[in-house]
Amino acid sequence: MNLNFLAIIGRMVLSFLRHAGRLSTFTVVSLLHCFTPPFFLRNIGRQMVEIGYYSLPVVGLTAIFSGMVLALQSHTGFARFSAEGAVATVVVLSMTRELGPVLAGLMVAGRIGASMAAEIGTMRVTEQIDALTTLETNPYKYLVAPRLWAATLMLPLLVLVADVIGVFGGYLVGTYKLGFNPTNYVKRTLDYLEFVDVFSGLVKAAVFGFLIALIGCYNGYMSKGGAQGVGQATRNAVVGASILILTANYIITELFFSR
Amino acid sequence: MTDQPKIQIRGVCKSFGPKTVLDGVDLDVGTGESVVIIGGSGTGKSVLLKCTLGLLHPDAGSVRIDGQETARLSGKDRDRMLHKFGMLFQGAALFDSLTVWENVAFRLVHGDKMPRRDAREVAVEKLRQVGLSPDVADLVPAELSGGMQKRVGLARAIAAEPEIIFFDEPTTGLDPIMADVINDLIVDCREQLGATTLSITHDMASARKIADRIAMIYHGRIIWVGDAQAVEDSGNPYVDQFVHGRAEGPIKMELRR
Repeated sequence: MNLNFLAIIGRMVLSFLRHAGRLSTFTVVSLLHCFTPPFFLRNIGRQMVEIGYYSLPVVGLTAIFSGMVLALQSHTGFARFSAEGAVATVVVLSMTRELGPVLAGLMVAGRIGASMAAEIGTMRVTEQIDALTTLETNPYKYLVAPRLWAATLMLPLLVLVADVIGVFGGYLVGTYKLGFNPTNYVKRTLDYLEFVDVFSGLVKAAVFGFLIALIGCYNGYMSKGGAQGVGQATRNAVVGASILILTANYIITELFFSR
Repeated sequence: MTDQPKIQIRGVCKSFGPKTVLDGVDLDVGTGESVVIIGGSGTGKSVLLKCTLGLLHPDAGSVRIDGQETARLSGKDRDRMLHKFGMLFQGAALFDSLTVWENVAFRLVHGDKMPRRDAREVAVEKLRQVGLSPDVADLVPAELSGGMQKRVGLARAIAAEPEIIFFDEPTTGLDPIMADVINDLIVDCREQLGATTLSITHDMASARKIADRIAMIYHGRIIWVGDAQAVEDSGNPYVDQFVHGRAEGPIKMELRR
């Protein structure tokens, strides 16, 4: 019984190490191929449209409701010590520094990470990846590198849009429901906003984008065993990317703001 | 140079975990020759093909193409080696995000940097060679039937006029007539290109039609090699059983009743 328990722990540690090792190798190889020609610009473009443009609705909706609820909640909180005036500042800081990148990241992880894992996974189990190799095309260059580039470049833009929409959501609730003066609200939003607030959010977004694409591609690339394997890859891609986003979020915040 | 086999496989072993799939395979394929490997399901046929191509790394043994060791090639040398190959996959393995002509012209566009307009013309010509009309060029693979997909796969494999073509179960999953059409196409392509071909199949009708020589693989080893005509009365009980498709014989299917 005791031994059995130890065996389980041992197996878990070994499996963790195996995955960590494989992911590290995958990351290094992918990065090498990101920076060496040939570059498949057509693929990068297609992925940029998919990630940047077609994610706009879902990210926009997430952002506007987050901004709205943020205004409501912080108003309730601050009313308890008569600091309602801080609502606008709280909304803009929370959106740009935290909620914009994290929520957009999580939504895109669900949308794009999953579709990358499923697409590449299906290509793996139907031998399309082997076919690429026999046609003298490196699958890392053709499939992985364009996705890494596109996600890393597009997520900051998405987050910038999310920031604006989120702040607008807060403005709507603030002026129509909580009775703020519109001019004052906008002034208070901009007065206390610093460059680093937005910049740190965009850096986060780029890192999250890279992680989403990396984990999505990795799980798809390594998948095996037909439909079930692809299903597993998709699930692991979303769960893995989400957890990494939250972890990376803490680390980046710490690097930027703790002195 | 003349006596050197195009493909020389020596003592190739490959295991997946505890399961040994290839256990010392030796096989030669001469220039311009068509060799067909027959064998039951799960006897390592596909793995052998993938080891020869370098898609899988053999645990031991050597594979030489034109006398050049392939197992440890990397980068440019590997690309040069792959340049000699074309392969038709079992499920055709067409890229479903691309149109039919982009599939066929894939290597011309990406490998040889041919302008897209010229590549399209070549693709349409190759499609005609495998009996497909130019209208299918702009369809996507999902809109095609299994037999048409196989033909597109064949067109893709021959588009860059490779020296060596591999066929992985070219007739599996097709009706007998379509299977024969594919067999004819394979024979035609070989005659036109003068290519060396290595095929694996468990379809004896297909093997008889396309093979110069037949090799039988069983339990990870080549147990018999001979001329295509000799396969009918090989004197080898394993080959006999397979060729005549009998349930009784030295080959025991791992069945549980």
